[in-house]
Amino acid sequence: MAAWLVRRLVAALAILWTVATLTFVAIHVAPGDPFLPSAERPVDPAVVATLHRRFGLDRPLPEQYARYLAAVATGDLGVSFSQRRPVAAAIRDALPHTLLLAAAALLLDYVIGIAIGLVQAATAGRRLDEALTVVTLMIASLPAFWVALVLLLVFGGWLHWLPVAGAYDPALYDALPFAGRIADRLRHLALPAATLGILGAAATARYQRAALLEALGQEYVRTARAKGLDERRVLLRHAWRNALVPITALVGLALPFLLTGAVLVETVFAWPGMGRLAADAITLRDYPLVTGTAVTACAVVVLGSLVADLLLQAADPRVRVHG
Amino acid sequence: MAAASWLALGAALLAAWLGVAAIRRAALTTNAGRAFFTPGAHAPARWGLLLLAAAAALALAAPLVAPYAPTAQLDIVGLQNRPPSFAHPLGTDLYSRDVWSRLLYGARVSLAVGALGMVIAVTVGTAVGAAAGYWRGAVDAVLMRLVDVGLSVPRIFVLLVLAGLWERMPLGVLVLAIGLTSWFGTSRLVRAEVLAAREREFVQAARAMGAGPARIVLRHVLPNAAGPIFVTAALGTGVVMLLESGLSFLGIGVAAPLPSWGNMIADAKDSVRAAPWSVLAPGLAIGLVVTACAAVADGLRDALDPRRARRGAEQLAPFPASWDLSAPMHDPTADAPRSRA
Repeated sequence: MAAWLVRRLVAALAILWTVATLTFVAIHVAPGDPFLPSAERPVDPAVVATLHRRFGLDRPLPEQYARYLAAVATGDLGVSFSQRRPVAAAIRDALPHTLLLAAAALLLDYVIGIAIGLVQAATAGRRLDEALTVVTLMIASLPAFWVALVLLLVFGGWLHWLPVAGAYDPALYDALPFAGRIADRLRHLALPAATLGILGAAATARYQRAALLEALGQEYVRTARAKGLDERRVLLRHAWRNALVPITALVGLALPFLLTGAVLVETVFAWPGMGRLAADAITLRDYPLVTGTAVTACAVVVLGSLVADLLLQAADPRVRVHG
Repeated sequence: MAAASWLALGAALLAAWLGVAAIRRAALTTNAGRAFFTPGAHAPARWGLLLLAAAAALALAAPLVAPYAPTAQLDIVGLQNRPPSFAHPLGTDLYSRDVWSRLLYGARVSLAVGALGMVIAVTVGTAVGAAAGYWRGAVDAVLMRLVDVGLSVPRIFVLLVLAGLWERMPLGVLVLAIGLTSWFGTSRLVRAEVLAAREREFVQAARAMGAGPARIVLRHVLPNAAGPIFVTAALGTGVVMLLESGLSFLGIGVAAPLPSWGNMIADAKDSVRAAPWSVLAPGLAIGLVVTACAAVADGLRDALDPRRARRGAEQLAPFPASWDLSAPMHDPTADAPRSRA
């Protein structure tokens, strides 16, 4: 177990090192310079040189690389060109918003997805099951940002039920009592989380259905039925418990999906998280912020899949590693 | 819309139908093809195939079917954000461009990016998977660690970094970047197939007869892995299209004024309340085509593995189409112990 954990940690570090290196290479290979004068932004060459010196861009590449790695290792992701503050500080402000969004989306994803999967397994092969199969497939095939726009149009534009931008109401928030602040935040969270949750749930439902039908074909289910247990009990007590295991294993895989979706959904709903930070950094050609968000996102995913593996081991003794 | 456009539309759809009929005739000579086109089985897959054929035909015939040029601003004052009408079946957008015409021309870009990106991804994935599975040992270890990295990185951030660094990413670079970040799942799949096939008797026989690695892999091993590769390719096309649309939406994919379904939504997003049709049409188009890809992959998978279809249990296995290709491409419960007869 300890050896396994060490191996996993080494692998995780190797992944992060590779990602950091690749981002570094990409930046220096790609054409374009953040300080080069453009038609709408003429800059004195002397100023360009000063800027290059200040941000270390005049150093030889190996030295820049070494400095970059050392800095990343100590959590120093550089100074953002556009925000004029440490990248780490900008990420510290944004990351909690994305984690909140991801957690809420994951909750919706699993609750809705597992419920649909259970309904489908209980009605397998019948009209309802077939209809849900087609519906979940279609939903899982929709672009996340488009679903976000449609929800924004319906619930924000037509029905005026929910706010469509930001994490809270900047005008009212400070004046609200504590309970009101929570409610305000939840109302702002509703549409972005629903977008990611619904899309994820469509995929989760398909996995849950397959896992349940797999479990229902096992001998212990036949035994349970032979004992005379009613079908509801067989499904919920015997099959479902085992069918939850592969679903738990998917949490680790859901993280890249959630972060990818977050980039697009945060852009639509002006949600102040990592995704919007990254998208803004791209438009502003803010290199340190671009690489910082990419490396941080990868770190979150690697850490998340590690935690998911540990959870899976706790949930299922069959996959427990020894030694 | 002029009568000529309607005529061209009908002709394109007829051509698509004839195309599918031709595919069916050719497919009926193979076992998998017969299984795929058996009446009653795989109905969604056959509808999906028809839909893909129709989309491809309309894309090819776009100049004939489209009533207007995709970038023509018809009347910036009089025709801005007009709802669907007889003259403009899907309305007009903020810049008074005909949405239906843009949708047709956008199909060319979106489908081409999807198909080309998938070809690159599947080619690289197959090559890497075959190399890792055939040589095993150090080659396998290095390549699979690389794949581990690829699978654990949220791909969109890699593409954001790349795209952000190019002033304006050329379409070719975009397709290449998408393809080269989409092969990781395929390589694992192919590696597993190659590992299983290389110990089979016919491969040993080929080796005993002095066949070299290239001949063994290309002639004897890979044909046996063709099924899963085709399934991945069908599904992958949809996934790549989703990715392209996302990148275009962020303004770093296909650059305006060339229409793609993704940047059509991006263009229209700020006028979504004034002109919902300009957002709904391209989004539904993406959703339909990606669903069709997944349905075809689904039917293909069953047709290639009749035992699996007969088991029924996983008859419609999960399809995480909007997920990364990094999500397991096949049965996620495969690692769990099973006691199936």
